[in-house]
Amino acid sequence: MPSEAPSGAPSGARAVPEPLEARHVLEFPGGYTRTTGPVIGRFLTELRDRRIVGVRTAGARVLVPPLEYDPATGEAVTGEYVEVGPAGTVQSWAWVNTPRAGHPLDRPFAWATIKLDGADTSLVHAVDAGGPKAMRPGLRVRPRWRAEPSGHITDIECFVPEVTVMAAPVRAEYRVRPGRALTRFLEGVRDGVFVGGRCARCDQVYVPYRISCPACGSVIEEEREVADTGTVETFAINNLPDPRAPEVPFVSAYILLDGADIPMLGLVGGVPAHEVRQGMRVRAVWVPPEERTMSMTNIRWFAPTGEPDADLPGGAAGGGA
Amino acid sequence: MANRCAVIGVGQTRYTTKRRDVSIAGLVREAAIRALDDAGLTFADIDAVVVGKAPDLFEGIMMPEVYLADALGAAGKPLTRVHTAGSVGGSTALVGASLIQGGVHDRVLVVAFEKQSESNATWALSTHLPFGASLVVGAGGYFAPHIREYMRRSGAPDHVGALVAVKDRRNALKNPYAHLKIPGIDRAMVESTPMLWEPIRYLETCPSSDGACAMVLSSEKAVTGTPAWIHGTAMRSEPLMRAGRDTVSPQAGKDCAADVYRQAGISDPRRDIDVAEVYVPFSWYEPMWLENLGFAPENEGWKLTEAGCTALDGDIPWNASGGVLSSNPIGASGLIRFAEAALQVRGMAGEHQVEGAVTALGHAYGGGAQFFAMWIVGSRKP
Repeated sequence: MPSEAPSGAPSGARAVPEPLEARHVLEFPGGYTRTTGPVIGRFLTELRDRRIVGVRTAGARVLVPPLEYDPATGEAVTGEYVEVGPAGTVQSWAWVNTPRAGHPLDRPFAWATIKLDGADTSLVHAVDAGGPKAMRPGLRVRPRWRAEPSGHITDIECFVPEVTVMAAPVRAEYRVRPGRALTRFLEGVRDGVFVGGRCARCDQVYVPYRISCPACGSVIEEEREVADTGTVETFAINNLPDPRAPEVPFVSAYILLDGADIPMLGLVGGVPAHEVRQGMRVRAVWVPPEERTMSMTNIRWFAPTGEPDADLPGGAAGGGA
Repeated sequence: MANRCAVIGVGQTRYTTKRRDVSIAGLVREAAIRALDDAGLTFADIDAVVVGKAPDLFEGIMMPEVYLADALGAAGKPLTRVHTAGSVGGSTALVGASLIQGGVHDRVLVVAFEKQSESNATWALSTHLPFGASLVVGAGGYFAPHIREYMRRSGAPDHVGALVAVKDRRNALKNPYAHLKIPGIDRAMVESTPMLWEPIRYLETCPSSDGACAMVLSSEKAVTGTPAWIHGTAMRSEPLMRAGRDTVSPQAGKDCAADVYRQAGISDPRRDIDVAEVYVPFSWYEPMWLENLGFAPENEGWKLTEAGCTALDGDIPWNASGGVLSSNPIGASGLIRFAEAALQVRGMAGEHQVEGAVTALGHAYGGGAQFFAMWIVGSRKP
């Protein structure tokens, strides 16, 4: 029966019939055998006992897997078997992203040439590495043995990387209570004002409120309310995203509130990041009173007031240090 | 008058992003054993060990010095942990030196390390408590506003930061231990990298490194090999939040420098010092510290950088090793500055040796530029 497709048929005239096709399996009933010979037989026998051996050549090299002859010279190998591995080093590798039915693993893996410790040649086997980023020449690997070895190269299911790092979970959970000073400051923030404290000895107003002076150590007894307007002394434009931070780019600024003698770190908003300037006048943008809590999140950000920029001291252009 | 003290051994590890081949104990031992080898000694010859590192939150190990005691041969010997944030490496050397200068011990091993790859430093430095607003910024975000203020005050041209980044990375090519090796780096390459925390660009920032550094310090009578003699030591700190604090040129830095110069008999640092290893984690800190340390008048530090004075072939080379900009195992970074200063005056700095260096400055700073540690070492006995 003719089976070739009508490849020479003129096109267009009639619909071309589907080429005839049939499945055909060629498989020797019961399967072929491979007589191992003494050398590979020894290798597979040892493998069944979960040992890997190579054979020594007349030139003292150790061949793994072993051969009956030295491939370099054609001479017979010596009768000396040498236990190698089980660990080895990846020489080269290729990543298999879509394993096929006949492959040793059902998930992506690497084919690798592995030089077992004590061997002078490399063995080809699979490496179960998780992903291609884990693979590199020089990677140390060890065999994962099959549960019931039978004297076959697949007695080694695959090789796996050595353990080089372990998880070390650390978690500390605290109950945090603000101290007296911070509580007082947050009460103010709840009510829409910034509470500072004036050191009588230094005549400096600190905000947030605190009860000791960081400069002289005196007790700060005088509360002093400061304005919610101020001047941007300096700032950074943050472009590195962090899940805990505002969306980038965001401007973190040192803002000297009117009436304070020390700047406070705050977010600047309501203006494109690149339009923020040193000396820019800003005002706190508070969330509506009904949403306020005892937290700095009451201040959405500081936005420009539109006033002319303030003079900053000590500029090279402006002179005077 | 303190007893004389010398550096007689220096050991470093190759700095890199991830040292996945060694444990923390293995890492510090690598540096310690190299320092002992350099001095021709063993752990048995050491009287006391001083360990430094930055916050424990970096690796998540509380008090690592306790478990490292036996790894550093300290069983049955005094062991001290030092912590002064980023300046800790410098402070560790100074605590070790004080044990000899005070006549307590004859040989002290000082070791500092960081294995940054075990977590993330920006995370560890930004653990805000409740009640505050969340402005996660890390070290770069913290220092960027102060750099901006320096640029405004000094009127320095924008490219000075890039010049430092290029110079230090070129020096790193000559240092076998340096982390960042960027052959062909130039100003255009640095300026083409993105702003992480404006005005700080990616290539104007230090890397995250794993690494350790160690030194063997000795009294005069216990010296072996080639000594670098300590001519002055000083530490200072100041409060982070203080009205009127100059965050561009902190008073504690000026006071620390004045103290260490007085001890070493230095009246003009630019003239009297041959080479300086200064903690510059962001490029603009070179001109800022040139002023803070008295190498240049206020607002003029950038002119020295721009004129090439701080280059390896300049009149006052800064960071011949490549500096913190090229290698930054945080806890060790200060000790590396001190160790590189010692290597220079011992004539053992290899390819980045400054010819004929007799007097060297080692410098470290930490926290919000609030902790300072410095020493002056020399080839001549004080």
